[in-house]
Amino acid sequence: MVSLSWHAPAVLAAMLLIIGLIGLLARRSLIFVLMSIEIMLNATGLLFITAGMRWGNPQGQIMFIFVINLAGAELALGLILLLRLRNLLTTLDGDAANRLRDVEA
Amino acid sequence: MNLSGYDIVFYAAAAFALLTTAIAITRANPLYGLLNFVLSLLGMAVVFYTLGAPFAAALEVIVYAGAIMVLFLFVVMMLRLDRTAIARESGWLTRTIWIIPILAGAALGGELLYGLLRGTGPTHAHHIVSPQAVGLELFTSDIAAVELASMLLLAGLIGAYHLGRPARARD
Repeated sequence: MVSLSWHAPAVLAAMLLIIGLIGLLARRSLIFVLMSIEIMLNATGLLFITAGMRWGNPQGQIMFIFVINLAGAELALGLILLLRLRNLLTTLDGDAANRLRDVEA
Repeated sequence: MNLSGYDIVFYAAAAFALLTTAIAITRANPLYGLLNFVLSLLGMAVVFYTLGAPFAAALEVIVYAGAIMVLFLFVVMMLRLDRTAIARESGWLTRTIWIIPILAGAALGGELLYGLLRGTGPTHAHHIVSPQAVGLELFTSDIAAVELASMLLLAGLIGAYHLGRPARARD
């Protein structure tokens, strides 16, 4: 039997989301940008699970499974774009990719 | 407020997850950041367990920390980051760069906390959602969403394969 209030995990999810947002805004390295997105997705999953606990409904955990699914698909594409960007521009600075066209080889 | 064993474990794991996440986004070396984030995910798994979601806790360890973050770690290792890259990275991490993000985060966080803490309704839940319940619901009434999730993964696979091929093969 769980006796925990649903407020505490909801506040934890909000705090993790804010930490992820701060990282997303402050960091320039694309590795940390991707990691901050993962932190925010994970906080969303925590909120879904909290809601599932609050109403005793499996839908919360089902949505968490879909959030993990989304995080995996997003990270695969994000990482391959990061690798290609690193090969093209030889840097991980997100601000360097602002031309929207090919770099002359 | 009398704390039960579950509550103490929850607060300890929550503090651990918050601390390691905050460490993760402030490191200059991406490997240390990622390893701290993996620790945070393990703390989150304990949080999920105390919230009565043992299946989600197992998924967090096996899929999130075990598969997704290890993929991330391997790619970062493939990037061959040397000392100059890390030095440039820590050069970007000046103190002033954090001011505006923290202000923006505080504004959004204040709104979220205001909304959450003013929420009404019973504050105590008494539900443990078993893995059987999750699986039964997922593969009966939510089967269309499972198919959509598999389409999403297939799209990610094809996209990663296409973008990952060398340039000569792609043209």
